[in-house]
Amino acid sequence: MRPDLAHDIVELTSEHFVLVLVSMAIACAIGIPLGIFLTRRAPYRVPLLGFANVMQTIPSLALFGFLIPIPFIGGIGKRTAIVALVLYALLPILRNTLTGILGVDPAVRESAIAMGMTDRQLLWQVELPLAAGTIMAGVRIATVTTIGTATIAAAIGGGGLGVFIFRGIASVDTVQILAGAVPAALLALISDGGLAWIEKRFSAA
Amino acid sequence: MGPAVGAAVVEFRNVCYRLDGRLILDNLSFTVPAGQTLVLLGRSGSGKTTALKMVNGLLFPTSGEVLVEGRPTIAWDLIKLRRSIGYVIQDVGLFPHFKIGDNVALVPRLEQWPADRIAARTGDLLGQVGLDPAQFLDRYPRQLSGGQRQRVGVARALAADPRLLLFDEPFGALDPVTRVELQDQFLALRGRLAKTSIFVTHDVREALRLGTHIGLLNGGKLEVLTTAEQFVESRTQEARAFLASLAS
Repeated sequence: MRPDLAHDIVELTSEHFVLVLVSMAIACAIGIPLGIFLTRRAPYRVPLLGFANVMQTIPSLALFGFLIPIPFIGGIGKRTAIVALVLYALLPILRNTLTGILGVDPAVRESAIAMGMTDRQLLWQVELPLAAGTIMAGVRIATVTTIGTATIAAAIGGGGLGVFIFRGIASVDTVQILAGAVPAALLALISDGGLAWIEKRFSAA
Repeated sequence: MGPAVGAAVVEFRNVCYRLDGRLILDNLSFTVPAGQTLVLLGRSGSGKTTALKMVNGLLFPTSGEVLVEGRPTIAWDLIKLRRSIGYVIQDVGLFPHFKIGDNVALVPRLEQWPADRIAARTGDLLGQVGLDPAQFLDRYPRQLSGGQRQRVGVARALAADPRLLLFDEPFGALDPVTRVELQDQFLALRGRLAKTSIFVTHDVREALRLGTHIGLLNGGKLEVLTTAEQFVESRTQEARAFLASLAS
């Protein structure tokens, strides 16, 4: 392998990793609280889940394209890529937070309320611990998907391993394509394994 | 200071409850004096569980009012009200991620008792419901049998020494032998602690065994309210239907 290729792989892999990490952090910071909010406000469930669902159905390349002309969040570069990735990651996190909390045994919830827990105590001491496994499963699914989708970010100047893939396609260079695809796949596998381990640790019951 | 013996701990005043246009409770009025065990007896859908949930503010009347220690439930701080009332339900509802000791200690912990007092209380309570603390404190609910879980449920309800206990068919899901054991436990505890309780069941045998008084609910109406001894003399159709099930 050419030494500059090895150097590029390391550089683009870490760029890819950061892209995913930032997107996932933002998606969790929005998705989990929003999911909790939806457990308390049933009327908002359908429109908000519908929005997240629609985001998922937009082909990823098209979504990146759509965002380019939008002021502030759009344009060429990392910021636009992160916005798109967050929109994609939102649905599994939101949905799993909601189903995880709503899936808590009604008898357990009723006891907690009847024993005089405040809503905050119910959330932090009962619902979140019992839903943690499901929520983490959502984060895991979202992370693995995002690692794959993030390769497309290169199309709008977001960098990452997609740079190799697009360059490889343009120059019909299999080595370049593999240099992007293999590290992305490895990254996905490692994240999946790591998060599965955390998920197991988090599953309280 | 508890209320004087005989003072009303719970009072229903013309309580109606309507859900989706259906009348679930129809003008209920009764009082539960201190020290009494009132059993609300009735078929499924007679409104007995609904009535029970009015006492600790899980539900509120559509019209009329429920008073606990003279104050309407809508005027209570609900958190305070609920922490002063023990509640035991058929599905127990222990927290699966809490050890048995922590489940029992729930309300004392919410009330921020000092740790040593909580530990002493928890051990004492498990003993009172017939579970060896050394053996059970550190187990999880899933490691217990149904009967043991319900014993823990009772211990949890007693933890903060509430004035009033509510039981919603607590022994309904247990096998007949275990059910009788827990009924005996209930009677023993009542003899020792002299609490006021409201107990919901559809089992007339259980009602006669545990109640000092029995209220028969039929279609949301309180049809009969007598002492347990006099209940067998009741002549309404619904009462006779329940009493007939004794013979079978």
